[in-house]
Amino acid sequence: MMDQLKRYFRPEQLREMSLIALIVFIFLFFGSQIEGYFSPRIFNRVTSDVAIIAVVALGETLVLLTRNYDLSVGSIVGLTAFFIGKQLTAYADMPPGLAMLLAIGAGSSLGLINGLLVAYARIPSIIVTLGTLAIYRAVLVAYPGNKIVVINDLPPWVSEFGSIQLFSIGEFDIRPVVAGAFVMFVIFQFVTTYLRFGRQLYAIGSNPEAARIGGLPSQRIVLSAFILCGAIAGLAGFLYLVRYGNLNTAAAQGMELKAIAAAVVGGISTNGGKGTIMGALLGALMINLLQQSLLRWLVISNFWVDALLGLLILTAVFIDSVIINRLSELWNRRDQEINPLDEKKTIKEKKSNAA
Amino acid sequence: MLRRLEPLKSWEGVLLVILIGIVIFNSSMTPHYLQFQNQINLFQLHIEKVIIALIMTFIIINAEIDISVGSVMALAGCVMGYLFEKGLPFELCVLAGLLTGALTGAFNGFMVAHVKMTSLIVTLSGLIGYRGLAHVLLENRSVGNFPEWFDRLGQKPLVGPFPFALILFFLLLIIALIILQWSGAGRYVFVIGNNSEVARYSGVNVRRVKMTLFIISGLVSALGGLLLAARLGSIRGDMAIGTELEVITMVLLGGVSIFGGTGSLFGVLLSILIILNLRNGMGLLNVPGENQTGVIGALLILSVLGPNIWLGISESWNRRHVQRTRVGEEEKGG
Repeated sequence: MMDQLKRYFRPEQLREMSLIALIVFIFLFFGSQIEGYFSPRIFNRVTSDVAIIAVVALGETLVLLTRNYDLSVGSIVGLTAFFIGKQLTAYADMPPGLAMLLAIGAGSSLGLINGLLVAYARIPSIIVTLGTLAIYRAVLVAYPGNKIVVINDLPPWVSEFGSIQLFSIGEFDIRPVVAGAFVMFVIFQFVTTYLRFGRQLYAIGSNPEAARIGGLPSQRIVLSAFILCGAIAGLAGFLYLVRYGNLNTAAAQGMELKAIAAAVVGGISTNGGKGTIMGALLGALMINLLQQSLLRWLVISNFWVDALLGLLILTAVFIDSVIINRLSELWNRRDQEINPLDEKKTIKEKKSNAA
Repeated sequence: MLRRLEPLKSWEGVLLVILIGIVIFNSSMTPHYLQFQNQINLFQLHIEKVIIALIMTFIIINAEIDISVGSVMALAGCVMGYLFEKGLPFELCVLAGLLTGALTGAFNGFMVAHVKMTSLIVTLSGLIGYRGLAHVLLENRSVGNFPEWFDRLGQKPLVGPFPFALILFFLLLIIALIILQWSGAGRYVFVIGNNSEVARYSGVNVRRVKMTLFIISGLVSALGGLLLAARLGSIRGDMAIGTELEVITMVLLGGVSIFGGTGSLFGVLLSILIILNLRNGMGLLNVPGENQTGVIGALLILSVLGPNIWLGISESWNRRHVQRTRVGEEEKGG
């Protein structure tokens, strides 16, 4: 019975399932505490917010998988959102598709700078992106003209884009932003699981030295991970602009921490090579659900959000490094027992067990 | 002639040249620049970061990192402010603030040294969490009206032209220099930074060293937070945001390797002078605060890129030098 179960579930899957259980628990708990929690209005607001942070977390995950960090995503999101906002204010007849492409292009060129410095100049990613975090924000502040984007100056489709519904189930709208984010997650889950590029990300992350000796073009892959992360952050910048409309120079500040938190809570190891894209989605969902719920829960002040977030990250990493590792060992040991080559050992153990 | 320039080939030499360049540029901008009082003000404006940079040097040489320093500063300040608001005697509040710092440091240290989690992720969650706790304590309020002696300590000179914080910095600098450069404990820090496995097998108590460093880091950050509170005269939950960027830049620009094991306080001292003077110069040119931070960020990247490139240049120069002498010897022999 136990062996049967074990054949179907790995510890990582156990982790994701407990995350889902936790999310359901949070959902039900706050549902019983907050009036109108299951109303369509809150559903729409939460899903739109989750979509943005989840997309950023997706890009961050690609970089984390290669055992690197990108601390600059918050600044990339802010800078591209601000840049596109300014462009739309100046050229109101720009089609939405072009604006989106522009955002992706701007984001990927910022990611390119990060990637070149990390992969080819061999500077640790934490240093590079801590630096570009400040630099990109400074570029945003130094942007000519006044320091704000106002929704009234933007073309009308911007304010409508966020609230149009693709289709709705009952009164619950599924907005294009949400559907788009979900499709992206499915695509990248496929890419990282089945395509060569995705597996190379894992290979580099789990052992960079072995990957290099094994002949993988490590530098190029790390570079493309950073470019992809930048491009996705650029897209998130576009979504951010569409969602909020009014921006100042502090737009999306601190989003990098939320993105890393989402990925880590979702089971992405900061030592690289571990975790799944869907895990990151679950992490983003959980963090955002907690945040949005605490904002509406009057029992404790909403200032607790960040304190809890810190604790959550620490707990998630602790669970990964202690409990999941133990479980994996247990799984592997049992696997060996089943292996007929280890029969002697098994018999010995059985004897000792019997005694 | 070239031999005379030999000492400048070290990274410290490069820093010295950069520093002289900045000082010359700044003093050409305004005649008041080189005045003694301006130089003291320069330090006074960033004294908390400068003090924290001292302990950060130890931590990075030890191949760890602490990016929670800014949040610990805020938390210590907020604990002090919160208790003061509640009417506790002020001296007790100061002690509680310092104790908070030591506790956060001990927590970080325990997670790193005993649970064996990466210091980056531990202090990252500290960066978010401690700042969150600070906001929980003071919410959106700001606490001020501290006793007069506290404000005076932060704002007025104590002995001659020197304010308290500056004197404290020089004291800590001397202690840090003695410990890091000339004592056995300092050797341990270097050895662990080079290879903690080897250090462990050689009988160094790695856990205790790391634990001590993180506790001191928390304590010094709390001290920095209180000094900032004394200088500004008030405390808010969002104070000292982004301190870690500048502190880490100071340390890495000083030639300390991010991988641990190498670096010296002399280099860090030079890079502190560079950053302070650079900020002052940018202030003279009316560069806004965020853009100054951007320049610091660029400096951070350059501070790692620079030594790498410099090493390459000086190596190739050495190689050519050796080759030339060899060719000369062969010619002589032939």
